[in-house]
Amino acid sequence: MIASFILRALEGKIVVAVAILLGVAILVPALNLLTPPDSALHIPTYAMALFGKYLCYALLALALDLVWGYCGILSLGHGAFFALGGYAMGMYLMRQIGSRGVYGNPILPDFMVFLNWKELPWFWHGFDWFVFAMAMVLLVPGLLAFVFGWFAFRSRVNGVYLSIITQAMTYALMLAFFRNDMGFGGNNGLTDFKDILGFPVQADGTRAVLFAMSAIMLSLCLVVASAITRSKFGKVLVGVRDAESRVRFLGFRVENIKLFTFVVSAMFAGIAGALFVPQVGIINPGEFAPANSIEVVVWTAVGGRGTLIGPIIGAVLVNGGKSFFTGAFPEFWLFALGGLFIAVTLFLPKGIVGTIQHGYRTRKAHKAAAEAEKGRDAPASIAQAAE
Amino acid sequence: MNTIAETRTKSLLYLENVSVSFDGFKAINSLSFVVEPGELRAIIGPNGAGKTTMMDIITGKTRPDSGTVLFEDSIDLTKKDEADIAQLGIGRKFQKPTVFESHTVWDNLELALNRDRGVFSTLFYTLSPEDKARIEEILETIRLTHRKDEYAANLSHGQKQWLEIGMLLAQEPKLLLVDEPVAGMTDAETAETALLLKEIAKTRSVVVVEHDMGFIRDLGVKVTCLAEGSVLAEGSIDFVSSDPKVIENYLGR
Repeated sequence: MIASFILRALEGKIVVAVAILLGVAILVPALNLLTPPDSALHIPTYAMALFGKYLCYALLALALDLVWGYCGILSLGHGAFFALGGYAMGMYLMRQIGSRGVYGNPILPDFMVFLNWKELPWFWHGFDWFVFAMAMVLLVPGLLAFVFGWFAFRSRVNGVYLSIITQAMTYALMLAFFRNDMGFGGNNGLTDFKDILGFPVQADGTRAVLFAMSAIMLSLCLVVASAITRSKFGKVLVGVRDAESRVRFLGFRVENIKLFTFVVSAMFAGIAGALFVPQVGIINPGEFAPANSIEVVVWTAVGGRGTLIGPIIGAVLVNGGKSFFTGAFPEFWLFALGGLFIAVTLFLPKGIVGTIQHGYRTRKAHKAAAEAEKGRDAPASIAQAAE
Repeated sequence: MNTIAETRTKSLLYLENVSVSFDGFKAINSLSFVVEPGELRAIIGPNGAGKTTMMDIITGKTRPDSGTVLFEDSIDLTKKDEADIAQLGIGRKFQKPTVFESHTVWDNLELALNRDRGVFSTLFYTLSPEDKARIEEILETIRLTHRKDEYAANLSHGQKQWLEIGMLLAQEPKLLLVDEPVAGMTDAETAETALLLKEIAKTRSVVVVEHDMGFIRDLGVKVTCLAEGSVLAEGSIDFVSSDPKVIENYLGR
């Protein structure tokens, strides 16, 4: 049962994407660690860290595609799940600092000493244990998505209203996390990390492993997402997107379908956040900013929603563009991003991957039509594409 | 003529004194209406007579303000939602054909198939030989076997109507509510649809809402005429269409 579920996921495009990601997971760290810095093949550490960041963003975009591209839920608050996963990882990393902080307190992180706190708040307990922290990376975003989705989907909040309340959710969390007495470091967030699982976070070797993990987790989540969307459940999802009432009158519980997808997607986003934090070295409430969540929507739309691969490509391309622009013409980046979104909406409504797929089908259809004109029967597969 | 109390014991669907109003407008006004098992029933009436609202009430989309709605004499439909009611065995076809346009004809039927609809059973679902045979059988019935691998978006209007009827069949309902199945169909398609519905009604109850009097004559079944939210007349098509109230309210206009 599980085997056929996973096997179904391994369709042509997905296999290629996974192979590329796994290749990147091996090749990039190898070129970083094994080649001398003056070699033409050498990948500098800053470039690897930057690209690792893109992979985390790609996973976040994949998570959004699952709910937006397949289920039609436009979440403008996915950054919140990403940030929560990041905070769970950040809390683990803070606890690893131990007495090496500025104040040298063996129990309390620096910001708590600074606030004159005497003991660790209850919700920080357990985070010194890696397995617990990793469980929280999944559970905290998953739980928030569950509670949020439970109320929203049961009350049949749809369309733009749902988008607005997801936006409100991430904004509310941002304001809450900015407060010092929340116990998450206020506006400075969590930073100055030292070790992860006993390895120094800044070391080249650790960075290489984190990079490889990002690529591996991305391909794992891609396979899971593909398995979900290619199952009968995935067809129901698309049904919910295109004709929700039909699905309801067929006897499906639409609220449960949406809830499951939303929770899985939030967990993907949490994983992305957890991999992001050790690579950039900081997590602060800025990650909850509504604008971040909207950017994810842009990546997904540019790559092509409802394609799984598209959002990954979109996230890498747009962020690559951002890195280039903010270096070369810093003041133009926001205009470029806005212009890109408008251009994609106007000229490539299906996104990059969606347009390529569409073009491929159209070409096959043209071929079939040309054959038919010559009076020859087109092969069955072409005839189908022609319809 | 039977009183409602006498038909009470053998009804499949039973509505008594059902009323619902939207912002003070009484869409349904103490409507009483009974469908027996195996019956094919036609409903006519002017626009705004409450035909679609009645279907909304039966399928759980709208809650009535007052009145009784019973399925199989015992199940109170006013307490249930759309998914529950669909699982009980009431299927509904919308006025405008509503199929999953970005799925193939085959997938549309597969989704509609009366199987466990939980999240995890659909995640791990694999097409069994029985299910395959059932889908092929339905494709045959709705005359779409040759187009099974095509996207539903590419079907003609009439074929979409049939596909939706096929999806309802796949649901294996005890009662089928069909809202204007021949709107926008050619005469030939209309005649074929009448045959199809009569075929379907052999094994289950069907309620058809329709404006097309020729089509209703083709069906040759008991007709209920609604107006302003209540039943105006009920009986054979000739009986109903000669009723002066029906002529004044509906046919005459």
